[in-house]
Amino acid sequence: MRLRKKTRERLFIASFLAGPLAVYLVFVIWPYIETFGYSLTEWSGVAPPTKTVWFKNYVDLFHDSVFLKALGHNMIILIVFPTVTIVLAMFFAFMLNVGGRRGGLGGVKGIRGSAFFRIIFFFPQVLSVAIIVILFQAAYESNSVGLFNAIVIKLGLTDANHPWEFLNSPTFVLWCIMFILVWQWVGFYLVLFSAAMQQIPRDYYEAALLDGAGRTQTYFKVTMPLLWDSVQTAWVYLAVAAMDAFALVATLTPGSSFGGGPDEHGEVLATYLMRNFQVLGKAGYACAMGVVIFFITLILSLVVLRATRRERLEY
Amino acid sequence: MAADMTQTPPAAPGAGTPIGKPGGSGPGTERSRRFGETGATLNVFGTGFMVIWGIMVLGPVLWVVLGAFKNTGELNGSAWSWPHHWSFDAFSRAWHTGISTYLKDTVIVLVFSVSLTMLFGAMAAYVLARFEFRGNRFIYYLFVSGVMLPVYLALVPLFFQVSKLHMLNTYQGLILVYVAFSMPFTVFFLHAFFRTLPSAVFEAALIDGASHTRAFFQVMLPMAKPGLISVGIFNILGQWNQYLLPVVLMQSQHGEAPHYMLSQGLVSLMVAQGYSGDFPALFAGMTIAMLPVMAVYLSFQRQVQAGLTAGTLK
Repeated sequence: MRLRKKTRERLFIASFLAGPLAVYLVFVIWPYIETFGYSLTEWSGVAPPTKTVWFKNYVDLFHDSVFLKALGHNMIILIVFPTVTIVLAMFFAFMLNVGGRRGGLGGVKGIRGSAFFRIIFFFPQVLSVAIIVILFQAAYESNSVGLFNAIVIKLGLTDANHPWEFLNSPTFVLWCIMFILVWQWVGFYLVLFSAAMQQIPRDYYEAALLDGAGRTQTYFKVTMPLLWDSVQTAWVYLAVAAMDAFALVATLTPGSSFGGGPDEHGEVLATYLMRNFQVLGKAGYACAMGVVIFFITLILSLVVLRATRRERLEY
Repeated sequence: MAADMTQTPPAAPGAGTPIGKPGGSGPGTERSRRFGETGATLNVFGTGFMVIWGIMVLGPVLWVVLGAFKNTGELNGSAWSWPHHWSFDAFSRAWHTGISTYLKDTVIVLVFSVSLTMLFGAMAAYVLARFEFRGNRFIYYLFVSGVMLPVYLALVPLFFQVSKLHMLNTYQGLILVYVAFSMPFTVFFLHAFFRTLPSAVFEAALIDGASHTRAFFQVMLPMAKPGLISVGIFNILGQWNQYLLPVVLMQSQHGEAPHYMLSQGLVSLMVAQGYSGDFPALFAGMTIAMLPVMAVYLSFQRQVQAGLTAGTLK
């Protein structure tokens, strides 16, 4: 009897796991593993690869000037984008949760219209990247019809005959992309930080208040340190997003296939990878690039988690 | 739920009312006032900045929606122009140039992919959360580790994998891929949820002679409804908005018509508009694509925000 019960349970577990695991292994895990295998081959991407070249692809990568340029751009995005996003999101979250003028006991309250702001700020998160792309394509238009040019012309920064180039400018293309990334993600981290802030006991704020702390001081001495965990998580996720940026760069920046222009000034690793695979017929090389990106992301995440490790406070 | 925690109900919201405890005296009140004062400048600056950011978020979106009502001349004129005639012409043009087909294809795929994602996700999460067996931890981490991997890394082999199964440009191919890529988050989220459910009801069902399968479908799933709704909305939004996967997998293979998904179709429409120049139709198409998402977001905004951020909170 007891054995039969155990067998029945085993059968049940197996039957419930079989479907999900099969789909997941076939379409997610296996392709990721294959990326590693293919990276060791010379492969055009048409027939199955035949020639194993071991680490040649990896050696080539570090002599490839476009790859190095793209890597540099990703590093810039990796530093600027998460920093700006986290700072903005923290500031907004603080304003929404404890930035209010007065809230009876201790004055710990969000500003008026918090719920409204939260809904709006989060909104870009529910838009498809395709919509975001088309939206900013039109907004960045390098003539007076584009929304941003209409704004800078209105502000008198330039006139209608000399509209700004935005995405066609070698200097600004990367910043234009980063602006969209920040625009897209601030709301998400605002909600994340808000959730974390609301778990901070109100007594802490009240105690700080009684000790005569001002608002700025409360922010830096109470809120920030207690949010450290969330900031870490945010940084890791933002780093993954920063290494990606594929859809934005591929469709918004000038270039014949997968963007990257003008003249490689907007190139990132993800777009260069796809171009090697789909256009240049260097699928093995593209896979090697994928593996490098994977390890960069992994190492960065580990470094951040280790370097910023602090004692955790449970409440 | 969370917002209630920081708010103090009895507080007078009007400006100018004294801060601090009613009847409070001495240093407490004094300090409270100081707190309020340092806040004032921060408040003006901060609120102003937040309003600007709000405009930055809403501005481009509203501009697109308005653009759908303008005619080509107005669109090519000043960006500040207001549409003269509020007509839905652009919407019907967009509808007939493909949006209706994209919409139909997307809905067909999503009906199956979201249901299957939820079923598979719930099954795996349930077994992993509530049963002890060898390899449990390993399988769980195998599923969850997928959350960190960017999709585009697997695109190259994924394309060949789907091609080997002769599923390129088919509904079933895309459905299975959507299900597979939604597994990590769905399992992760529901795993945590199933852990919190009490086991008393479940045990009672077993004693009454229900099989494990029956106990799952008739007892545990109904109890997990809030969790299922959150993650369900998340999956609907995510799969509706998915762009990269269909771009690679839903291409015409042997000259047959490609089944474009909505996001993908919009981008191809954008490229096409570059030649024909019918931007109002493009903007109308975008508006059509945004409407369902907006409706879902506004009606379930709490669950959406909770669902999306749950993935990153521990």
